[in-house]
Amino acid sequence: MIADAQDALFKSLADPTRRAIFERLCREGEKTVGALTAGAGVSQPVVSKHLGVLRQAGLVIDRPEGRQTHYSARPEALRPLADWAGQMTAFWQHRFDDLEDLLKRMDQ
Amino acid sequence: MTDTATRTAIVERQIPYPPEKIWRALTQPHLLADWLMKGDFAPVVGHEFKFTADWGAVDCKVLAIDPPTTLSYTWSAYGLDSVVTFTLTPQDSGTHLRMEQSGFRKDQAQAYGGAKAGWAQFLANLEQVVAREG
Repeated sequence: MIADAQDALFKSLADPTRRAIFERLCREGEKTVGALTAGAGVSQPVVSKHLGVLRQAGLVIDRPEGRQTHYSARPEALRPLADWAGQMTAFWQHRFDDLEDLLKRMDQ
Repeated sequence: MTDTATRTAIVERQIPYPPEKIWRALTQPHLLADWLMKGDFAPVVGHEFKFTADWGAVDCKVLAIDPPTTLSYTWSAYGLDSVVTFTLTPQDSGTHLRMEQSGFRKDQAQAYGGAKAGWAQFLANLEQVVAREG
């Protein structure tokens, strides 16, 4: 039903803290881990871990500069989510094919 | 992106069987397992159940049930909340079956409540971001 990449996207955004980090990067532009930790309500290692998950899902990119790493959002990675309705339509079309097969096999 | 295009999936079928027969397939767990997913569905408003498949699980709660014409339950998977509604309309030649799945609407955020509302809000924000990015 859902491809691996999309699966990663959904899972990465299911966590409210990660969503908040991503939203902030969308809103405020590029930031370091330190800047993101201020106001995140969690420790810097936790923020780093969340950023790792977001990066794997393609939602953020990192740019090392000296001893700092800057993170920015890639909102275009969200496109597959916009096609959620298309995904679900295909899912139900397949399921209804199976439903019709079942109805043929069922007793009246 | 418009509300209806991105947030609602609709699938309709003309099926050459009476609504009562289709209703059984929509509500009996051993039949549901055959065409949709395995789950402990029960035809009781408020009943919470889980559908499972090899790709994951869907958390559901029965919202409305009116045999053999209307069945509605929540559908939450991968942190996405939606509502699935089946409508069965009898016809001379059988039944018109309609499935509508809606999610993410801002005005539904409150109904989903609490933590789940964060997702609706997020998508609302997201739409603006994506619209800006073109």
